[in-house]
Amino acid sequence: MTATLEKRPAKRAVVRAGAFSVRLYPRALIVGVVLVLIALTMALVNLTTGDFPVPVGEVLKSLAGKGTAGTDFIVYELRLPRVLVTLLVGLALGASGAVFQSLTRNPLGSPDFVGLTTGAASGALIVMLIVGGGGLQVSAGAITGCVVTAVVVYLLAFRRGVQPFRLVLMGIGVSALLEALNSYLIYRAQLNEAIAAQVWLIGSVNGRGWTEVVIVAVTVVVLVPLVVHYGRHLKMLALGDEMAVLHGVPVERSRAVLALAAVSLSAGATAAAGPIAFVALAAPPLAARLSSSPSSGILPAAGMGAALLSAGDWAAQNALPGNDIPVGVITAALGGVYLTWLLFHEKRGARA
Amino acid sequence: MNDARLRAEDVTLAYDKRVVAEHLDVQIADGSFTVIVGPNACGKSTLLKSLARVLKPQSGAVYLDGQAIASYPSKQVAKQLGMLPQSPIVPGGIVVEELVARGRFAHQRLLKQWSPEDEAAVTEAMRLTEVSDLADRFVDELSGGQRQRVWLAMALAQQTPILLLDEPTTFLDLSHQFEVLDLCAELHEQGRTIVAVLHDLNHACRYATELIVMKAGKVIAQGAPAEVMTAQQVEDVFAMPCRVIDDPETGTPMVVPADRHRRRGARTPEAARA
Repeated sequence: MTATLEKRPAKRAVVRAGAFSVRLYPRALIVGVVLVLIALTMALVNLTTGDFPVPVGEVLKSLAGKGTAGTDFIVYELRLPRVLVTLLVGLALGASGAVFQSLTRNPLGSPDFVGLTTGAASGALIVMLIVGGGGLQVSAGAITGCVVTAVVVYLLAFRRGVQPFRLVLMGIGVSALLEALNSYLIYRAQLNEAIAAQVWLIGSVNGRGWTEVVIVAVTVVVLVPLVVHYGRHLKMLALGDEMAVLHGVPVERSRAVLALAAVSLSAGATAAAGPIAFVALAAPPLAARLSSSPSSGILPAAGMGAALLSAGDWAAQNALPGNDIPVGVITAALGGVYLTWLLFHEKRGARA
Repeated sequence: MNDARLRAEDVTLAYDKRVVAEHLDVQIADGSFTVIVGPNACGKSTLLKSLARVLKPQSGAVYLDGQAIASYPSKQVAKQLGMLPQSPIVPGGIVVEELVARGRFAHQRLLKQWSPEDEAAVTEAMRLTEVSDLADRFVDELSGGQRQRVWLAMALAQQTPILLLDEPTTFLDLSHQFEVLDLCAELHEQGRTIVAVLHDLNHACRYATELIVMKAGKVIAQGAPAEVMTAQQVEDVFAMPCRVIDDPETGTPMVVPADRHRRRGARTPEAARA
C-alpha cells in the first residue's frame, strides 16, 4: 500500500482530433475507472445482502427487468434506493470536498470542517424538533441550513476578498457555535424525537427511498459537470488570486460559481443522507495520492467518495451480525484514523 | 505620447487605506525595455501590479490600447499582457512542466485544452529559461533560483507582447541574473515591450531603453538611462552620494557609491551642522 501512495510525477498523454485537444493523466484516468468499478461492485454486493439474501444472478435479472415479483420488490423498493443514494452521496461529497480543499488551499478545508455539515444538521434539527416536519421538509431544512451557514461563514471571513485560511478558521468557529445549538435542540426535545434526531445526525442511508434518490441525483447531475467544467479554473486559483488574474481567470466569478456548486453538492448530500462525516475530507487527497496527480482532480475524488461510501455501507450492514448500523459510524471511524494520519504527517512537514 | 499601448492615467494606488501613490501618470513606450527603479517602498511593485490589473486603482485607470483595462474580459488581457509576480504561492505536488503548462490557460478552451501551439510554447519557454532538465521535478522541492526561472518560464509560455517582471533577478546568482536580463533583452529585440522592476541601478542602465525613477509614490524622472542617471539624481532619490561614470564594458552610466567615510561625513547631522 505504501508503495502506491508514494509521490511520483504523473505521466501525461495528449489526445487530439481536429481542433479538439485534451491532456490526460493516464494514471488518474485508470484510478478513476477502477474506483468507479469498485463502487459499482460494492453497490451490486449491497443489493444482494440484507435480511433476505438474493443471489447476484437474481439481482442482475431483476435489474434487467426479468426478475420475479418477489426479488423485484426487494431490489427496487428496499435496496436500490439505498444503494443509489449511497453512490450519489459519495460522488457529491467527494466532488464537493475536492473543490473546497482546492479553493481553501487547505486539506482541512472540507465541508465537514468549515461548518457546512453542522449548519445543515441545525437546519434539519430545527425542522424535526421545532417545526415538527419530516421527510422532504427535513431535507429542505438541511439544504437551507447549509446555504445559510455558507453565507454567514463567507461574510465573516470577508475582508478585502476572502483569504482561504480565514475562511477555514471562521468555519471552525461557526461550526462550534452550531454544535452547541444542535446539542441544545436535542436536549430540549422529547425522548423519542431526540433519538430520531440523533440517528439522523449520525448520517445514514438506511431506509432511504426514491425521494432522496431524486434529491441527490438532481444535485449530482447538474453540479458535477459544472465543477468539472470549472476544474481548469480551480487549478489556476490554486496558484493564488494574483496568478489566476494574470492568466485570465475571472477570479471572483469562478470562485463564486465553484463555491456555490460545492456548497450545493454538500447540501444535497446531507439532505439525502444526513451529515455523513469525513468522506468529503478524505476522498480527494486519497484519490490524488493514488493517481499521483496534483490535487483538484474532481472526478477521481468523486469516484473515491462513491467507493468509500459504498464499501462503508457494506461494512455498516455486515460489521455486527443482524444489526444495521448507520454508515456515518463507519466513515467517522475511518475518518478519525485518516485525520490522525494527516495531522501526524503535516506536523512532520510532509504535504498532503 | 497618448497612444502608448499601456498607460496609467491619474491613478491613486492604495492597499486598503494605506495610500502608496497618488495621481500618478505613467506611459510605457511601445517596444521599449522600461526599467522602474527607486528606493524600497516607493511604489514600484504597486505600480507594476496596477499596470497588470492585479491591483485596482482607488481612482484613475490603467488603459490598454486606449480602453480601460478593467473593462476587458480577463482572458483577452492575458493574451496581451503577462507578469512575473514577486512571490507567487508555491503549490505542492505539482511538477515543473505542469506548472509551466498552466501558463497557457489564456490560450485554451474547454475543447481545445492542449494544442500543438501550447506544446511548442511550453517547450520553448522551458528551453529559454533552462529548466527543461527540471521538467519532472516537484516545484516545491526546487531551490529559490530554479523556482524563479520556472515562474519566468510560466510567464513566457503565456506569449504576450507585453511582459512585466517584478524583480526577475531575485534569488539568482550572478550568471543567472545576467542570463535572465539577456533573455529579456532578446525578447525586447524580437519586438516585445518589457517592463521590469530592478534594484541594481547598473543592471538597469545596461539593459533599459527607458528608465522610470520613482520616489515616495511619484515619478521623479523618465527617459533614456544616459539622461536620467546622474549623480545628483541618485543622491536625491536614494540619499546616496556617488559618482556616475561610463561603464567600461557598455558605455552606459555606472553608479559607483561614495566611500564609506565620505558618505558618513556627508550624511551625519554633525557634519551638516559643521
